[in-house]
Amino acid sequence: MTIDTINSQIRSVTGLELCNISCEKAYRRLFSGLSVSLSAGQCLRILGSNGSGKTSLLKIIAGLSRDFEGVIHWQGDERSQAFINKSELLYLGHLTGVKASLTPVENLSWWVSLCLPTYHLQHKDICNALSQLGLGCELNTPCHLLSAGQQRRVALARLILSQQKVWILDEPFTAIDPLGISQVEHYIKQHQSDGGMAIITSHQIIHHVELLHLDLADYQQGAK
Amino acid sequence: MSGTEREHASSFGVFAAVFFRDLTIYFRYRGSWINPLFFILMAITLFALGIGADSKAVLAYSPSIIWVIALLAVLLSLDSLFKSDFDDGSLEQLLLSSQSLYLAVLAKTLAHWFVTGLPIVIATPLLSLMLGISVDIAPQMGLGLLLGTGILSFIGAIGASLTVSLGSGGLLLSLLSMPLYVPAIIFGSQYIQDAINGWPLMPSLSMLIGLFLAAMVLSPLAIIGGLRLSVEA
Repeated sequence: MTIDTINSQIRSVTGLELCNISCEKAYRRLFSGLSVSLSAGQCLRILGSNGSGKTSLLKIIAGLSRDFEGVIHWQGDERSQAFINKSELLYLGHLTGVKASLTPVENLSWWVSLCLPTYHLQHKDICNALSQLGLGCELNTPCHLLSAGQQRRVALARLILSQQKVWILDEPFTAIDPLGISQVEHYIKQHQSDGGMAIITSHQIIHHVELLHLDLADYQQGAK
Repeated sequence: MSGTEREHASSFGVFAAVFFRDLTIYFRYRGSWINPLFFILMAITLFALGIGADSKAVLAYSPSIIWVIALLAVLLSLDSLFKSDFDDGSLEQLLLSSQSLYLAVLAKTLAHWFVTGLPIVIATPLLSLMLGISVDIAPQMGLGLLLGTGILSFIGAIGASLTVSLGSGGLLLSLLSMPLYVPAIIFGSQYIQDAINGWPLMPSLSMLIGLFLAAMVLSPLAIIGGLRLSVEA
């Protein structure tokens, strides 16, 4: 067999694929045999009751937790385990990564230089993103003086600046008012139409976005 | 700008971003750099008072007194090195950065050294006066403490990275770091002893420099591993 024919037999993965993922935490099996695949322009909503392992699954997908069994593929051949490239991933955990003693602008510019250093985003882009989320008057107020919802908005402003292909959002709507929620839904929809992928956990119903659903209850022990 | 040049620029960018952000945070919480300084001044005052006017005894013990106190001051502040970043999720963002994690961790630890070690170094002339050491050797002592506190910060940061996810890792942190601190303490106090007695400084100084460089270059690797483990939990 020539190398070409071998290569043609290896299926290449176009998006994100999880195969047979199992995770155990504190001697309890959270889920097992979980398989799902996601390609460009798709958005996955993960459902599950409290403690069912939604955040653990997101951490696994983000590559933050290696404590699982199964295989993850990301854009390439299916032979080897590959996590999502860090430069293509935006992760917004339920801890937002907003530092209370820094101002919204300082928080975001730190994040930009960590995660989007090559895009040469300017100070005004950051201010712009914050203003879009209604923080125009609080640009230089230390975050500990902001409300919980406003702090969450500082974190969500990353969605506006984002150039990443995959968004992983853990409960993005916590403490956000209805107007803010529809705004974030709009950003997700736009991201989706730009060919991006999103993985979201939320107890809220997400409107206006085409969603795939994954219910962790189906993968718990004893589930059929 | 060519591709590699841009890469260099952005890795320097991440170093600067982390370093100056941490300095900003430290300066907004003044306690983080004033507390170690106060601690060391208070402890040395008490030692000087406790030993009394016997200047010979003070001189004999002063190197170890200075070192032990500097060590405790650094150890006290290390607990918080990664704590707030862990609590608010900044650590996850740092670990998911597409940029060099090595440089980011190096910048964080250097910033910590800047705010805990440097005030102690600047206070050296005062410390020498309190212990009856001639102010003439304050520069040499300052250099020794500069290198020494650097070693303490870098090695201690390994322990801090491993214990950050534990609710109260303070004691465990000390237990983990203490054995690794032993060489630094031995050569550090030897260096100050040599300076006080007017002996040649090169042997102990070169050991200190060597330890410092090794700690600076190697410890970020261990710190990264520790932080990964802590975030996973």
